[in-house]
Amino acid sequence: MAKSASNKAFLLGYRLYIVAFFIFLAAPLVAAATFAFNDSLFPSLPWQGFTLDWFFNDTEPKLGMFHDRRLLRGLYYSAIIGVMVSGLSVFVGTTNAFLFVRGNFPAKNFFYIIMILPLVIPGVILGISILVMASNIANGVEDRFDYELEFLRPGILLVVLGQFSFVTTITSLVITARLKKFDYTMEEAALNLGASRAQVLRTVTLPFLRPAMIAAGIVAFLVSFENFNTTLFLVGSESPLTITMYDRMAKVGSTPVLNAVSFFLIVGSGLLALISVIVQRNAPAD
Amino acid sequence: MQSDIRRLSLILLFAPFALWIFLLIVLPHIGMIALSLREKVAPRVYEFGFGNYIDFIQEPIYWNTLLRTGSMSILVTFLALLIGFPIAYYIAKIAGQRSKGALFLLCLIPLWVSDLIRAFGWILLLRETGVASTFLQWTGAIDQPIEFLYNDITVVVGLVYTVILFMIVPLVSTLDGMDDAMVEAGYNLGGSGFTVLRRIIIPYAMPGIVSGCIVVFMLTAGSYLTPILLGGKNSSWFTEQIYDQFITRFNWESGAAFGFLLLAFTSLVVWLGLRLTGQTLANTVAKS
Repeated sequence: MAKSASNKAFLLGYRLYIVAFFIFLAAPLVAAATFAFNDSLFPSLPWQGFTLDWFFNDTEPKLGMFHDRRLLRGLYYSAIIGVMVSGLSVFVGTTNAFLFVRGNFPAKNFFYIIMILPLVIPGVILGISILVMASNIANGVEDRFDYELEFLRPGILLVVLGQFSFVTTITSLVITARLKKFDYTMEEAALNLGASRAQVLRTVTLPFLRPAMIAAGIVAFLVSFENFNTTLFLVGSESPLTITMYDRMAKVGSTPVLNAVSFFLIVGSGLLALISVIVQRNAPAD
Repeated sequence: MQSDIRRLSLILLFAPFALWIFLLIVLPHIGMIALSLREKVAPRVYEFGFGNYIDFIQEPIYWNTLLRTGSMSILVTFLALLIGFPIAYYIAKIAGQRSKGALFLLCLIPLWVSDLIRAFGWILLLRETGVASTFLQWTGAIDQPIEFLYNDITVVVGLVYTVILFMIVPLVSTLDGMDDAMVEAGYNLGGSGFTVLRRIIIPYAMPGIVSGCIVVFMLTAGSYLTPILLGGKNSSWFTEQIYDQFITRFNWESGAAFGFLLLAFTSLVVWLGLRLTGQTLANTVAKS
């Protein structure tokens, strides 16, 4: 009797701890999002009433995010970079999955570990090492041939390469996990029925991988969109959104327009993450 | 013929992997190390030498910052495990089937919100004119605004907050695979709750624990935004030194040396961690 009472108390305490944790998890996000609707020039209390000005107003000093050209440009560059990183890394992730699930070659385990490594290299170091390499090549070419390789200077291409360098590990792991569950007999059946290898790949294997490829693509897009550390060193004049926001936060001091962007990003990335989870969960098991 | 096709397709599959790893990981790192071993003797004249590393050793601010970053990252990793493990255990083992999925989703979604926005949220809550200070004044607990930002405790809390989901998610996946019968058997054999935790649950969860710890440690040691935004000018985080050398002072040689030192230091800690727990990179990080 005493034991079950103490168990109950323990379980209650445990539940309270879980609730407290989720409040801790939500608090800063709620704070960042809520002040987007405060009719004040500063993102702080007291509450001055509800407004949508920080999204839609088109005049200073309350310039809304959808009329703020620098923020919109940041959003645009982030989206372009995200799509490029996502496409590239899903492609290489898929070939990597086939390589490590189907391929037989010497030192496979060694190469598999090499494939995981980019995930545990600090992003700052990936950023500087790629910056150093690109600049070395560009400087070498300039000295020898007197020709400027503009694309190897900090800018969109380097940001894409920098993010791609570690996002590919994530997409490879997601797609590899799915390919491992594939039932070989399905391919054999298709081959026996007279399909060519290319047809089998297109009509049997790739459709099976599609949920993992979509989920990996979404995750890659999200990781690219929110990346800061690697991007910081590779960015040129086309700043993606996180860099633009950081500059404004650090230099100008923040107005609630940053809260509006935060709200927009929290809702957007939440929805995308939800889609990627649902796509993977609803995938048929084999 | 058949084997030729096989070989050709293997080469075609290997090519993207090799290009990716060689051009974007191996070559840049070699370049970074080579750059860090270059000393400037005159404008545009360089020679080989360990000067950048000697500077690092001779300047206490530099190696103190690295040690501080390392020790605070270990503290953050430990706290994330301590706070996160009960949450993961609840989601994986105690919550009912339906609330389990919902709770896990609640953990997955904030994972993809940028560090910048999360740090921004903490700033709004904790700064002098922030929500916490205003609220405490309103309740009468304090009579002057309090600045909660720009101290080490806030930096540690902010870092734990930023990385804890990377601890919880692999732990949930690992614990999810554990058979409840193992725990029951432990109790039936007369084990106390603590014994069952220590002898059955933790050994089972070890790959998840190690995986979470590695990722969390690397993310913390390599983080830039959270220490700077929450810790302010005095946060002395090592990534800040690297940024300073590269972008502010334009001293790439020394920045490259710092980068290599951070990489070597974090790799050493991870290697030690794997060694002590008897795990490998392939059965921990790759599984999560």
